[in-house]
Amino acid sequence: MNRRAATLLAILGVLLVALPAFAGNYLLSVATLILYLAFAGQAWNVMMGFAGQLSLGHSLYVGVAAYVAGGLFFHYGLGPWAGLWLAMLACVAIGAVIGFLAFRFGISGVYFALLTIAFAEFTRIGFDHLGWTGGPGGMFLKVAQRDQIDLAHFRGPPGMYYYTMLALAAGAFALCAWLLKSRAGYYWQAIRENEEAAQALGINTFRWKMIAVMISSAMTAVAGVFFAFYYNNLFPEQIFHISRSIEIILGPIIGGVGTLFGPILGAAVLTVLGDSITELLAALGWEIPGVKQVFYGVVLLVVIMFLPNGIWPALARRLGLAK
Amino acid sequence: MILEVSRVSKSFRGLKAVSQASFEVGEGAIVGLIGPNGAGKTTMFNMVAGVYAPDEGSIAFQGRPIAGLRPDQVCAAGIGRTFQIVKPFAGLSVLDNVIVGALQRSRDVPSARRYAAAILDKLGLGAKGELPASALTLPDRKRLEVARALATRPRLLLLDEVMAGLRPTECDQMVEVFRELNRAEGLTILLIEHVMRAVMALAQRIVVLNSGEVIAHGAPDEVVRDRAVLECYLGEEAEV
Repeated sequence: MNRRAATLLAILGVLLVALPAFAGNYLLSVATLILYLAFAGQAWNVMMGFAGQLSLGHSLYVGVAAYVAGGLFFHYGLGPWAGLWLAMLACVAIGAVIGFLAFRFGISGVYFALLTIAFAEFTRIGFDHLGWTGGPGGMFLKVAQRDQIDLAHFRGPPGMYYYTMLALAAGAFALCAWLLKSRAGYYWQAIRENEEAAQALGINTFRWKMIAVMISSAMTAVAGVFFAFYYNNLFPEQIFHISRSIEIILGPIIGGVGTLFGPILGAAVLTVLGDSITELLAALGWEIPGVKQVFYGVVLLVVIMFLPNGIWPALARRLGLAK
Repeated sequence: MILEVSRVSKSFRGLKAVSQASFEVGEGAIVGLIGPNGAGKTTMFNMVAGVYAPDEGSIAFQGRPIAGLRPDQVCAAGIGRTFQIVKPFAGLSVLDNVIVGALQRSRDVPSARRYAAAILDKLGLGAKGELPASALTLPDRKRLEVARALATRPRLLLLDEVMAGLRPTECDQMVEVFRELNRAEGLTILLIEHVMRAVMALAQRIVVLNSGEVIAHGAPDEVVRDRAVLECYLGEEAEV
């Protein structure tokens, strides 16, 4: 990273920290959503962007983690701090099972992606029949107070959620930057670029792909726990839906797969543009259902046609940030 | 003997690619593996490198059986290899490509980076370290392939047609690099090669494969006069 990039990053950091001081609740909720998508996008990026393993079922980890931590709160009044570890453990275990099945039996590429979808789908159907989680009727976490901060139960004003998500997104960024520069990063990228050559250079590709899946699923679990305590209502039909998985991966794809800033930039661009178009249509008095999805499709098309590596690599070059 | 291949066979769907092949490579030697297309040379290499397990027979490296190990285990044991069809990590820089190999022995990135940079210099790629590997010309990609394998610090280096596509002067440079590595570091080399100019300049012994069988085995000047070798591969009027 050069000096210019460091300066810009510092300015961005200050702006983000100061945001709640001048932003209203609506703006804060948009910013929280961006950070949430940036965080989940970074988690997905570890698996696909770094190690080249395409998951189209990350909603599985979001959902399982949300239900584990949410369920403990709903049934026993436990805050997310205990549930978080349990949720991460559950997601890492599921990720390990999927990874083992795929990598042990040589399922790769599109077939691996299909396997991840299949796991997310049958988990969705399974949760519809689970009484403990409320089944298709959903689970609702009690929203007691909005103005007082209760950290033990993770209840409080929007600012608390915003700062939590900001810390998580920044932490994920630091973790990803460190991973990419470490031995793991080199091994993952080698596997992504050419698995056969990677193995010939002494890399145990099975082990390192498993590690990527497990780190990615653990990170996504954290996003899921946040989701449960922020949105307070969970429906299998929504949280495990493939559109949730796609929502997570659109950011990194638009921003730049495999880059550090891509997932963050992509999440910001998509959310801001998506919300503006909704606002604009509302102001004009046009009610068109599904317009946001059409809009996402158009943005995706345009980016893939003109910037196949995503917005970030091109932007970094333009701003003189790339080394 | 650093490598002992004895009575190794491999079939693909009933087609015998390698049949009862035996040969040895001495510590510190340079051995050429030649033969016509389809003779089973690359299959032989892939069995040594751990890509395929032989159907029968045994392969020993430094006295230890390695047949059936995974490629990464074979690499860890001390065998480096290049691919006939080069497989660069296209999205990474040239230096990063070699760092991946160097991490096999140096577990922290800074020391792997230093080692990789030294290897690049040795192969004349020092000035191109920051370029993406996809920007390299074919001769440079061949050099990168060798650099990456060397970075794993092998005791035995398997070279699969690294001279193909090089101009004669580039070929001579490459020969010089391998001679130097062999002389200075005692690196053992087993090379598959069609460029006889390079084989004759490098190899102290030659193994000839035809239809999966070893048909000749010996010093280069004896092998190139061998009747069976002339018939199946070099041609009657070979001049080397």
